[in-house]
Amino acid sequence: MAIPKVCGIETEYGILVRGPVSDTAANPVTASSLLINAYLAANSRRVGWDFEDEHPGSDARGFRIDDLLMPEIETSLVNAVLTNGARYYVDHAHPEISTPECLTAREALVFDRAAEEIVWASMRAAQALLPSGAEVLCHKNNSDGKGNSYGCHENYLVAREVPFARIVQQITPHFVTRQVVVGAGKVGCELPGTSAGEVPFQLSQRADFFEEEVGLETTLKRPIVNTRDEPHCDPTKYRRLHVIVGDANMSETATLVKLGAACIVLAMIEDDVLGDDLTIANPVNAIRQVSHDPSLQRTILLRNGRRITALQVQFELLERARKYERSHGLEAVGEDVGTEVLGLWEGILSGLERDPDSVAHQVDWVAKRRIVNAYAERHGARPGDARLKALDLQYHDLRADKCLARKVGLDVLTDPADVHRAMTEPPTTTRAYFRGRCLAKWPDQIAAANWDSIVFDIGRDPLRRVPMMEPLRGTAEYVARLIDESETPAELLAKLGS
Amino acid sequence: MAERTQKQKPTPARTEETVDEAPVVAATGDKLKAELDDLLDEIDEVLETNAEDFVKSYVQKGGQ
Repeated sequence: MAIPKVCGIETEYGILVRGPVSDTAANPVTASSLLINAYLAANSRRVGWDFEDEHPGSDARGFRIDDLLMPEIETSLVNAVLTNGARYYVDHAHPEISTPECLTAREALVFDRAAEEIVWASMRAAQALLPSGAEVLCHKNNSDGKGNSYGCHENYLVAREVPFARIVQQITPHFVTRQVVVGAGKVGCELPGTSAGEVPFQLSQRADFFEEEVGLETTLKRPIVNTRDEPHCDPTKYRRLHVIVGDANMSETATLVKLGAACIVLAMIEDDVLGDDLTIANPVNAIRQVSHDPSLQRTILLRNGRRITALQVQFELLERARKYERSHGLEAVGEDVGTEVLGLWEGILSGLERDPDSVAHQVDWVAKRRIVNAYAERHGARPGDARLKALDLQYHDLRADKCLARKVGLDVLTDPADVHRAMTEPPTTTRAYFRGRCLAKWPDQIAAANWDSIVFDIGRDPLRRVPMMEPLRGTAEYVARLIDESETPAELLAKLGS
Repeated sequence: MAERTQKQKPTPARTEETVDEAPVVAATGDKLKAELDDLLDEIDEVLETNAEDFVKSYVQKGGQ
């Protein structure tokens, strides 16, 4: 049976400083640091990230290329752990938030929304530190329209025993075609040599940047399936599938379906019921072709010679998921969440087939295209007009009063109180609970923390590292009472028997 | 009471539906058009005033 699909999402936000500031302050690395520091100063005592167990160079195909790659994470930059269990840091000249580990897609949606609110709070905190007239803008998008892309990555827990080659083969058709449902939409095209006239609008922010089917890279020659083998948990039992081929979504429905559908498809792969017959002949060409075709009419060649549209591939995956629901149940993804996701996924596919505008309240690319087209008509703007690109960018603007995505009537699936709480409190259902609660209770006695351990400084003896190799231990059920009843971390450690 | 359970009822099991004349469907093309017009008015108000400069200045470093 498939193991629980613990999941999380990490987003690199676009950042821009404008107004009367020095070049140094306008530098995106400095600006990202300022943003995060401003938030931390206003909201928490800082605990640093622990790099002991970071191995981004490990490859799922069984080799390591650490010697060939620069470390992806520059250790000198701001890097903090929040009391909600998330990591907030500067990565590649962008502020980035990784949500805590969540038990279900629905939880991850709440923490992804909380991350948006944290960035918005950070923008306001940073504003106070800048000269008057200057401001920091952050966007939850994935490209600047000039060929520079930054990621929104997903992570899923998968059983180590599942052959990696099977995952690559069977998840790829989903990753190539899911953009019809969860693409965030983009005005223009960033493939060299393609003009705005040729591709005035496409489904995905990211599709232009994928050049390989499978590989370890994340910043150039990006692969559809990333092979980073860095489980951040017991490597003999688990794998963390690190997914780099998605857009950051503004639509909550899209975030939920993106995560939930991937969880279900991965559970099917784990239980080996998905099959190989949807294998795409040329995934790299296909991912761009699908993105560049908002009519959804063009077909993709499968390896078995069939030609079907991306929408049909999605319908087939959905049908198999329905069958899986009946044969195996959806416990691995949470029964209720799984049922909700299948319902939304089905509704969106049917809507796209009938009339894409009918899902403008759920699908980002449809919502964005609707306003871009209407605006172009009202103002006589032609493809390539800067105003249309400005609309695209501003759709993702995290200033609550300027964000166009907040104005287009997207469904809201979260409770604002839950989102607010998730800015500071961890999920109760994973080890993130232990991390977050300890940080909140004993910030001065935690020397460092990372995904799979916490290092306590209890004032005597050496530092004490508490490993957390099981993502589903350290939950409220296991440790809430221990933490509640411990006055000091020393007491807690004694109770844990470590 | 402040605690709201996360559980969102997925596709609520259909009970007897006593919908009269499906008044919800009355969202006619005209109404949609009026809504879109209102939305465009709002967008005109908040959209970056100098779109060209803004788009030009929007340069990001590549990330992951």
